[in-house]
Amino acid sequence: MRGRTRLATGLAVVVTLLTACGGGGQPAADATSSPPASSPAERTLTVFAAASLQKTFTTIGTEFEAAHPGVDVRFSFAGSSDLAAQIGQGAPADVFASADEKNMAKVTAQSLTAGDPVDFATNVLEIATPPGNPAGIGSFADLAKPGVKVVVCAAQVPCGAATETVEKASGVTLAPVSEENSVTDVLGKVTAGEADAGLVYVTDVRGAGNAVTGVPFPESSRAVNTYPVAALKDASDASLASEFVTFVAGEQGRKVLQDAGFGAP
Amino acid sequence: MTVRRGGAVEGSALPRWVLVPAAVGLLLFVLPLLGILSRVPWTQFVPLVTSDSSLAALELSLRTATASTVLCVLLGVPMALVLARGNVPGTRVLRSIVLLPLVLPPVVGGMALLWTLGRSGLLGPALSLVGIQVGFTTAAVVIAQTFVSLPFLVLSLEGALLTAGDRYESVAATLGARPGRVLVRITVPLVAPGLVSGAVLAFARALGEFGATLTFAGSLQGVTRTLPLEVYLLRETDPDAAAALSLLLVVVAVVVVVAVRGRRNVL
Repeated sequence: MRGRTRLATGLAVVVTLLTACGGGGQPAADATSSPPASSPAERTLTVFAAASLQKTFTTIGTEFEAAHPGVDVRFSFAGSSDLAAQIGQGAPADVFASADEKNMAKVTAQSLTAGDPVDFATNVLEIATPPGNPAGIGSFADLAKPGVKVVVCAAQVPCGAATETVEKASGVTLAPVSEENSVTDVLGKVTAGEADAGLVYVTDVRGAGNAVTGVPFPESSRAVNTYPVAALKDASDASLASEFVTFVAGEQGRKVLQDAGFGAP
Repeated sequence: MTVRRGGAVEGSALPRWVLVPAAVGLLLFVLPLLGILSRVPWTQFVPLVTSDSSLAALELSLRTATASTVLCVLLGVPMALVLARGNVPGTRVLRSIVLLPLVLPPVVGGMALLWTLGRSGLLGPALSLVGIQVGFTTAAVVIAQTFVSLPFLVLSLEGALLTAGDRYESVAATLGARPGRVLVRITVPLVAPGLVSGAVLAFARALGEFGATLTFAGSLQGVTRTLPLEVYLLRETDPDAAAALSLLLVVVAVVVVVAVRGRRNVL
C-alpha cells in the first residue's frame, strides 16, 4: 500500500512537471483538427487528406465553411497510405485527398470513390538544409559529395520514389545516412541540425519558414508528384462532398495551394 | 486452474467473478494477435522473414536490445538501490524522474535525445570536439532503447528491494560485513528474481522500441532500421509482409520471455 501511494505521488509529480513544461509554445501534435464552426453546424463533412496538405486544407476548409453556412468541415491528416488503408477498412470519410496517384488508385480499385478523382496540385522535390546552408550545398550533385550527411525518404513512400526517379534521371547516386518513413521525418532531421541536407517537397521548405534554407535544383522537374482528390461513394452527404472537391480544384483552392508552393496540375 | 464448489478458485480463494474482467482483459491482448495471424501470408512467410532486409532488421534488433539491456542493468541496478536503500533526500523526486520515459510519448523522448545529444543539441558541440557524433549510428539506437527501457528495470527491481526488506542486510551488517559484501552476498541474491524479470521487461521494451529510435537515430538498413521500423516501412507497400514481420517480432519476444522466466520461475 505504501508503495502504491509512493507511485501515485511520483506520477502526480511527473504530471505536474510535464504540465509545467508544456507551455513552451510547441504546436499541438494533433492528427485531427476541426476548425471551430461559426454557426451551429447542421452538416458535417469529413475530409481525409495527406499530411502535406495540413496547412493548406485547414485554410481551404475555413473558406469552404465561410462559403457554406451551417457546414462543419473536419479533417484527418495522415500519410496517404494510412488514409487509403483506413478508407478501405470502412472509415467514415466523405472526401479523400492523396499526395500521390498510387494511393488514390488503391481506393478507386475498390470502387470506393464517387466519380473520377480530380488532380488539383503538383509538388516537386527541393533540398532543405539547416538555416544558412552550413555544408554549402548548391546542387543535387553536391549531395553525393563525401562527408555530406543527407537524409531522404525510403523508396517505399512517395517522396522516396521521387528521390529515386531524380537519382536515375540525373545519374547521381546518393549515400544517405538515413531513409525516413515520411517527409516530415526528413524535415525533422534537417531542422534539428542533425543532417546537412534532406530531400523534401518545395511546399515543406516553404512551410518550414526560417527553420530551413531551401536549395531548388533543376532535376526536380523529372519527378513531379500529382495530388488527386475524390468524393467517396459512402459519403454521408454526396452533394456536399462533390462541392468540396470542386472547391479545392477551383479558383479559391488553387490560390491557397499556390501560395503554399504547390504547382498547378 | 480448477474451480472449487462454492465459487472460489482453488489455491488463491479468488471470487469467481474476478475471472470475467480478467478474461476480457486477456481478450484485449489475444484478439489483436489473432488479427495479425489473420493477415500473415503463410505461403510466403518464410521468404518474407528471411529476406535480406528482414534478417538485417532482426539481427540489429537483437544486438541493440541486448546491448541496451546490459546498459539498463549496469545503470539501473545502482539506481534502484539508491531509490530503495539510499536514504537520500528527494527520493520521491528522483523516482518521478525515473518514471519520466514511461509517460513521455517515445517520439518526444527521441526529440529530447536529439536536442541533447544531437549535433546542435545541448551536448552536441562538446561531443563533436572529442569526435563523437551519435546521430544516425547504431549507438543512437541503443541510447534510445535504454532511455525507454530503463524505468522498467529500475521500478521492478526497486519493488523487489522494498518487498524483500532490509532485515538480512541489517543482520549481516551487525555481524561485521562491509557494505560491499552485504550488497554482493545478501542484497543481490535476494532480489535476483526481480532483477531477472526487470531485465526481461527492459529487453522486451527495447525490442519493441519505435518512436524514439525513428526520431533520434533515423532509419537505415543494418545500421538503425530495427525490426519495428522495418515493419512500419513495409506497411507502406505491403501490409501483409508487415504482418509477417510483426509476427516474427512477437515470436522473438515470447521466446525470450518464456526462456528466461519459465526457467527461473520468477514473478
